Amino acid sequence: MRDLNFDNSPPRFRGKVITDEMAGNITRVEELAYILKIDEVMTRDLKTVSPQNTMRDVMDSLRENRISGIPVVDENQNIIGLVSTEDLIKCLANQDIDKPVCDYMTGDLVTVNSFDHLTEALKLFAKTGLGRLPVLGKKGELVGILTKGDVTYGLLHALESDYQEEEVRKYRASHLFEDILSDRTSLVLRYDIAHYDFIHGGAASSKIKRALMRLGANQQLARRVGIAVYEAEMNLIIHTTNGGSIHVELEPSQISIYVWDTGPGIEDVDQAMQPGYSTATEEIRELGFGAGMGLINISRCVDEMDLQSELGKGTHLTLKFFLKGEDIMGDSHITKKGDAS
Amino acid sequence: MNIKNLLEYIDGELLTQSADLMREVKGGCGADLMSDVLASIQPNAVLLTGLCNPQVVRTAQMSDVAAIVFVRGKRPPEETIKLADEEGIPLITSPFGMFELSGRLFLAGLPSLERPITE
Repeated sequence: MRDLNFDNSPPRFRGKVITDEMAGNITRVEELAYILKIDEVMTRDLKTVSPQNTMRDVMDSLRENRISGIPVVDENQNIIGLVSTEDLIKCLANQDIDKPVCDYMTGDLVTVNSFDHLTEALKLFAKTGLGRLPVLGKKGELVGILTKGDVTYGLLHALESDYQEEEVRKYRASHLFEDILSDRTSLVLRYDIAHYDFIHGGAASSKIKRALMRLGANQQLARRVGIAVYEAEMNLIIHTTNGGSIHVELEPSQISIYVWDTGPGIEDVDQAMQPGYSTATEEIRELGFGAGMGLINISRCVDEMDLQSELGKGTHLTLKFFLKGEDIMGDSHITKKGDAS
Repeated sequence: MNIKNLLEYIDGELLTQSADLMREVKGGCGADLMSDVLASIQPNAVLLTGLCNPQVVRTAQMSDVAAIVFVRGKRPPEETIKLADEEGIPLITSPFGMFELSGRLFLAGLPSLERPITE
């Protein structure tokens, strides 16, 4: 049975049915709490004390390391308690600074697992009001400590790298066509596709789609190009003798894709263009291909398509996309995007 | 509906690590032929399929699929899961068959994102 009380949604959504509109309002930070694992955020470099150390040792260590709590471990490095500034203040009030740690530590421990999502720790912080949680590994061993400060730092770091990784790449790439001037600038991407390489099948298309997104193409255009080139790439993998090549030429207002192979060639191009016609083997069909829809799919995605084939020599497929308005890559499109952010 | 809701409706088990559970699913599509998926699916759909090879992930990536659900408790090979993790596409396995899954999700308010044949 599902536990209906198990609701780990952000507080402002708790107990409510989340509508699409509310889902749209969930912040990236809230999302990250579900994505990040505790061990990505916690402090690993641990200071520990033994129960026989004095509270003076604790005071020195807190001061020296500028921390506010230390796990207490036994001789096997198993955690048995936690001693914090609060415990130290109690001890100072009693003028007990040379008493052993075990007299003042908190033995009633609330811990988290290193492999849990950050949201589990956030729930515990909210529920218990504690300032730090010891983190245990798969075998219950102490592997780190998590403070609210670690959480804040971890989230900021993730947000920053989120932003940096893709945005910086996007920013750099999207200015390519503005920064490099010529009478006609184009960027050519070349890929070699091996026959029957189902493991890497689609990798070239994937790279092409990503390149387009980074160059500032909108989602819809990237999708059209992606689907067309993916069908073409799978055709090279399935139907050729020696594989083939894909060249993509990117210009601000046009994308041209050239796909060619050295055989065996298509016997009847008109027939190959018929929906449902396929020469694929049963084995290929079991992989989910060979429905006889590939070339039709391609023609639906592109603005212009040309298929030339000669039996025994090979096949040349040329695809063109003409970009208009906000699809145009480079200056105009990017300026618009920049204004919006 | 987001991925987290989806998991509950279909008794699903998440197979990937890097899933964004808050990603919105706008509708559904069910197919075992990848060309059918590429020809008919609209963006942000959940794809129900019985096919487990890495090409499912590539197909999903090309067609902006929000999540892939393997029907009848199927578990894809490691290379499929690895690729999905790299590309950030959630993989889910559910004990139910394609018809039952489509029905459950449709009743839960998820529309079809399969474009009908127009010719």
